Amino acid sequence: MSANLIPILWQSTQQTLYMVLMSTLLGTLIGAPLGVFLATSRRGELLSAPVLNTVLGLIVNAARSTPFIILVVAIIPFTRLIAGTSIGTTAAIVPLTIAAAPFIARLIETAIREVDAGLIEAARAMGATPGQIVRKILVPEAMPGIILGLTLAVVSLIGYSAMVGAVGGGGLGDLGIRYGYQRFMPEVMLAVVVILIVLVQLVQSCGEWIASRFDKRAPRNRGR
Amino acid sequence: MAEPAISFQDVTRRYPQKGGAGDVVALQDISLDVPQGAITGIIGRSGAGKSTLLRMVNGLERPSSGKVIVNGHDVGIAPDAQLRAIRREVGMIFQHFNLLSSRTVAENIALPLEIAGEDRKAIAPRVAELIERVGLTAQASRYPAELSGGQKQRVGIARALATGPRVLLSDEATSALDPDTTRQVLALLKSINRELGLTILLITHEMGVVRDICSHVAVIEAGRIVEAGETYSVFSRPGHPTTRSFLQGVTGVAVPQFVAGQLRDQPQGDGAEAVVQITFIGNHATDPMLARLTAERGVSVNILAGAIEEIGDRPFGSLIVGLPCDRLEESRRFLEEHGLLTEVLGYVG
Repeated sequence: MSANLIPILWQSTQQTLYMVLMSTLLGTLIGAPLGVFLATSRRGELLSAPVLNTVLGLIVNAARSTPFIILVVAIIPFTRLIAGTSIGTTAAIVPLTIAAAPFIARLIETAIREVDAGLIEAARAMGATPGQIVRKILVPEAMPGIILGLTLAVVSLIGYSAMVGAVGGGGLGDLGIRYGYQRFMPEVMLAVVVILIVLVQLVQSCGEWIASRFDKRAPRNRGR
Repeated sequence: MAEPAISFQDVTRRYPQKGGAGDVVALQDISLDVPQGAITGIIGRSGAGKSTLLRMVNGLERPSSGKVIVNGHDVGIAPDAQLRAIRREVGMIFQHFNLLSSRTVAENIALPLEIAGEDRKAIAPRVAELIERVGLTAQASRYPAELSGGQKQRVGIARALATGPRVLLSDEATSALDPDTTRQVLALLKSINRELGLTILLITHEMGVVRDICSHVAVIEAGRIVEAGETYSVFSRPGHPTTRSFLQGVTGVAVPQFVAGQLRDQPQGDGAEAVVQITFIGNHATDPMLARLTAERGVSVNILAGAIEEIGDRPFGSLIVGLPCDRLEESRRFLEEHGLLTEVLGYVG
């Protein structure tokens, strides 16, 4: 591999990181409240609103069942509205965020549903408001699960970001297709794959480490 | 008499069935007064409705009809905001402790104070005081996963006391604990009851818990209260079969195995003995009545089993004896005249 490919690889890696980080951030901003609401709004639950719960659940499922590459193309007008253009790395953040938000919502919903119902009962018995129960009980207790869920989301987004080359989003996946496949440069393909593997491995390890810092459920030697 | 701390008035709770196949009645016409400053136990088997009854006191459950009055408030109809205020005056502890795994001991105890909107500066000294009361100073910065069951329940108790409630509800608080730890937790509850004048309402399926700390007891069976009163009188004169079955093996004694096998409904032949359970209550529990029966009437008494224990701070004795059949009526009259209770369990020989 010639030395002049290194800057291209580095640029693509930066583009991937930029897209993944931004879409994770924005996806969490939308997905987290949605996930909390989905986890607490079935009939008889804390924020009981069964109709809204069902409607939002359907929307989330619809968004999640649309193949990502179709989503990218289908929402081009919306992307143009938000980002001012439908082409480029920044524009690609729009479909990535729209794919990430419902996924993150479901992951957070699952993590919150894992919290022991006895804790909610104890908090109610203390006179806690539903808002206090969410802030002081559900979110802190679900935190290890939420972190692991976000880790999974980031890994998935790294995969999705490879597809946004279709709208000129750039990134590692795009580089792999254009140089590795279309120009038949297998060493570029190999480099892209190695970088992606390293990235995913790093994200997964960091996520697990952070989650374990939050997890006080199992006794361990905490270096006293 | 002082106004009761908690008063259930004709409380019924029904749960509608899916498909309209009639309601399930969890509680039926419950009327019960829980006296101020006392420890009252509600005992029943699982599914009897005791848990539902307890949860009505802090409005986690609402009655279908009837009233639940707590500290003068009608909990059943209280709107949400008022209900939250009432709940801060009612502490609750749980069988599985329900502590937050993400918070340390001190942070768990601080939780109800944070919820009540207390100032941070006021919380710290209050938490320290509570931790000391339950004897967990050394564990203050540990997480629940690092504690034993008994320590977890102490945290639960400290947490329940944080907001200075007037009533403490205990939902099978010792059912997940071993006998030694159970005794320690019960002793803690009793000392809190005495020192703070706190009214405690507990539910349990163990008569031992009632015997050890409750001054009053209600027996619940299939959604109805079948017997209620002071523990001492319920224990000495159990009226309902459910009460009797709960009492078996808890008070006094059981008929020894070698006698139980030969027990018959009717005496057979001469020299048969009647097996009689004698219950000593009140002041008579310490009188040597059997010695007097022998000395004054010349009746020979064959002691088969016996024990004297303390219930509601009063001595409570129970003996199983063999009495000669021909002197049975005379002996029973003598004992009853002196304030003892007798019951013929059967005959041998």
